Amino acid sequence: MATHAHAAAHDDHDHKPHGWRRWVFSTNHKDIGTMYLVFACTMFFVGGTMALIIRAELFQPGLQFVDPQFFNSMTAMHALVMIFGAIMPAWVGLANWMIPIQIGAPDMALPRLNNLSFWILPFAFLILLGTLFVPGGAPAGGWTMYPPLALQGGDSFPMMIFAIHLRGISSVLGAINVVVTIMNMRAPGMNLLKMPMFVWTWLITAYLLVAVMPVLAGAVTMLLTDHFFGTSFFAASGGGDPVMFQHIFWFFGHPEVYIMILPAFGIVSEIIPTFSRKPLFGYESMVYATAAIGFLSFIVWAHHMFTVGMPLAGQLFFMLATMLISVPTGVKVFNWCATMTRGSLSFEPPMLFALAFLFLFTIGGFSGLMLAIVPADFQYQDSYFVVAHFHYVLVPGSLFAIIGAVYYWLPKWVGRMYDQKLATWHFWLSAIFVNVLFFPQHFLGLAGMPRRIPDYATQFADWNMVSSIGAFGFGFSQLLLPYIIIKCVKSGAKAADRTWDGAHGLEWELPSPAPFHSWESPPSAAVIARGAEH
Amino acid sequence: MATAHAPAADKYYVPHGSHWPIVGSVSLFLVMFGAIAYLNEWFGGWIFLPGALLLSFMFFGWFHDVIGESRSGAYNHQVDRSFRMGMMWFIFSEVMFFAAFFGALFYARSLAVPWIGGEGVKVFNKLLLWQNYDPSWPTNGPARIGGHEDGSFQIIPAFGLPAINTAILLTSGITITIAHHALQAGNRTVLKVFLAATFLLGFLFVGLQAEEYMHAYKELGLKLSTGIYGSTFFMLTGFHGAHVTIGAIMLVVIWLRVMKGHFTPKSHFAFEGVAWYWHFVDVVWLGLFIFVYWI
Repeated sequence: MATHAHAAAHDDHDHKPHGWRRWVFSTNHKDIGTMYLVFACTMFFVGGTMALIIRAELFQPGLQFVDPQFFNSMTAMHALVMIFGAIMPAWVGLANWMIPIQIGAPDMALPRLNNLSFWILPFAFLILLGTLFVPGGAPAGGWTMYPPLALQGGDSFPMMIFAIHLRGISSVLGAINVVVTIMNMRAPGMNLLKMPMFVWTWLITAYLLVAVMPVLAGAVTMLLTDHFFGTSFFAASGGGDPVMFQHIFWFFGHPEVYIMILPAFGIVSEIIPTFSRKPLFGYESMVYATAAIGFLSFIVWAHHMFTVGMPLAGQLFFMLATMLISVPTGVKVFNWCATMTRGSLSFEPPMLFALAFLFLFTIGGFSGLMLAIVPADFQYQDSYFVVAHFHYVLVPGSLFAIIGAVYYWLPKWVGRMYDQKLATWHFWLSAIFVNVLFFPQHFLGLAGMPRRIPDYATQFADWNMVSSIGAFGFGFSQLLLPYIIIKCVKSGAKAADRTWDGAHGLEWELPSPAPFHSWESPPSAAVIARGAEH
Repeated sequence: MATAHAPAADKYYVPHGSHWPIVGSVSLFLVMFGAIAYLNEWFGGWIFLPGALLLSFMFFGWFHDVIGESRSGAYNHQVDRSFRMGMMWFIFSEVMFFAAFFGALFYARSLAVPWIGGEGVKVFNKLLLWQNYDPSWPTNGPARIGGHEDGSFQIIPAFGLPAINTAILLTSGITITIAHHALQAGNRTVLKVFLAATFLLGFLFVGLQAEEYMHAYKELGLKLSTGIYGSTFFMLTGFHGAHVTIGAIMLVVIWLRVMKGHFTPKSHFAFEGVAWYWHFVDVVWLGLFIFVYWI
């Protein structure tokens, strides 16, 4: 191994395996990160196509293009593909690429496990997308798989369950790897409160993943045995309770939504200081706020199910606990604003996406507060208001942060600069169309339009048409992303090592592109100190 | 960088590529596909078996490589710590897997069943739906699902076989600790004997559980399909039994390694990892004994 390290020190590309072996047998965090990101991008367009089928059907009242069963499949599959196939793998891809670099490590702590984590995913989605072609069609009972409806699925039912099992194994192994990497592979001298915010948010995300993915596995296992082996977990006739599934599912599901947003907080905390040319305001409070959000995520799950008929004490507890989350989240938003205050701001594409995140995620947060209020939630439950809320936190929230991260670190990854003008176009098209797409859905929901429905009363026609126009505009604008990346890889101008003049952190101390094994030996204290200015 | 010419000991260790992970992914896919095909009554359920064989082969091969690398001295302290942390977090994920089923047990027992029986605001369940239902635990629900012909069933008393099983597992926790101390003291004979005793107790436990299952199915009317009691009982004890079996196999593997002369008093992570896992199945059993059998 010493010879390998020695050789690699001379030439990063010397011992890099070539051809398909490089990818299939890979133990390199960058190659695996790239595979995760490419996979996520592919699934993003698959899930996006499903979204466009939904919006095409909803363009006008009446049934135009698809039958209701297929429409329901599209809503369920769109969610499963986007959550488990696009957003989560994109975060793991970014974690793979950036965490070892940012903490001064050569690679992830368990590189072979890393390969297993990734390569389970394509198989899981082969099974999940395979449901589209089996008798009875794809799962159509929503991504939340509530019994008894989910139990009535056809051949797709066990496929969905086992796809989720595979996906869960991948997530847990990947998250264990991230935790161990952060806890054990930091360069000497980088103590916990010197870690970059992206690393911190991912540490807490990984903890959430290890804690709740097995709970999801347990929940879907009980669905499986209820369907095939005669158990009565979710059947009242046998002493069980269908609502019990919702409790177990959302015990997973609520931490899951923070799994999708916490790394975004980390990204924004990296980007805003860089383009404000100021250190992050209130670094330690950011860390504690992230930890507080992680903790609170475990005790708010029942706000997803206020209308199922739970005791009043339960409703009050979950309402108040949910509202409490706005305190640490408010700390974060305040810190980002304070970071920009009197900063020397510039508006390169990553900063634009981070700023859009700041405004639009906050809108999603406010609608979340509205939904947390129990009596109000009785009106909003299962309406398009809910759809608008979670798309505001997931699309201009998580997705914009992912795109911002790609535009922030792409020059470091490939050593070339992308077309910033085109990326700015990508930003404005995305930012405008995402609002055209989702903002009217608030009005639709408040006016009473239910979610997951292929047809609707004519009173909802106008805003649905606007929303669908926004959807197609947003969807097609995203094609710019792969185009910009491919153009950058093929013919971008050489990027500087410190691509952004205000950037701090260990990743900017490495050459662009970063060498195959990031840090052969721990970076020195001086290098860490230079990087640790947040 | 200042450390660019430091000796190799200061360098990070990065393992070379391996084909075992992709074998693992493919075999997991085959196992899952086989299970799906079997449940859907498609052609191809048999794929489960080659998948499971390939998965075993993967474990064998992967560990073979890692043990070889470890014994050749390729790993430094940092790698050892990574393995330790990885094992701890893996066990934590297993704890959370069991937490889902314990959660189902507690929810059903203290909320769902009383509600079905008409407790509190759910009084209409009693008035309109199930007038004659007695919501006391154990229950197989108002429809008396599963059980004997008449819907009745008996449960296994805690202070029979389950108490003996508790004693067996707790004893095995002591024997593995003795074995660990013997390993650290360099006393290989005691190590071999007590490690063997540990997995023998483990297999004895599994055997007695199997005996108990047969008794439950044949005489007590207690089956997986016996309402919520049977569901939680067999799900919890079944997954626990599976974990004990896996743990006992792991114990056999490290016992075979001990017989081949592996491990030193200072370096024996595999032994400790297996011991942690064994204590984990032990602690889960205590939870089972108290909440499933006893209370």
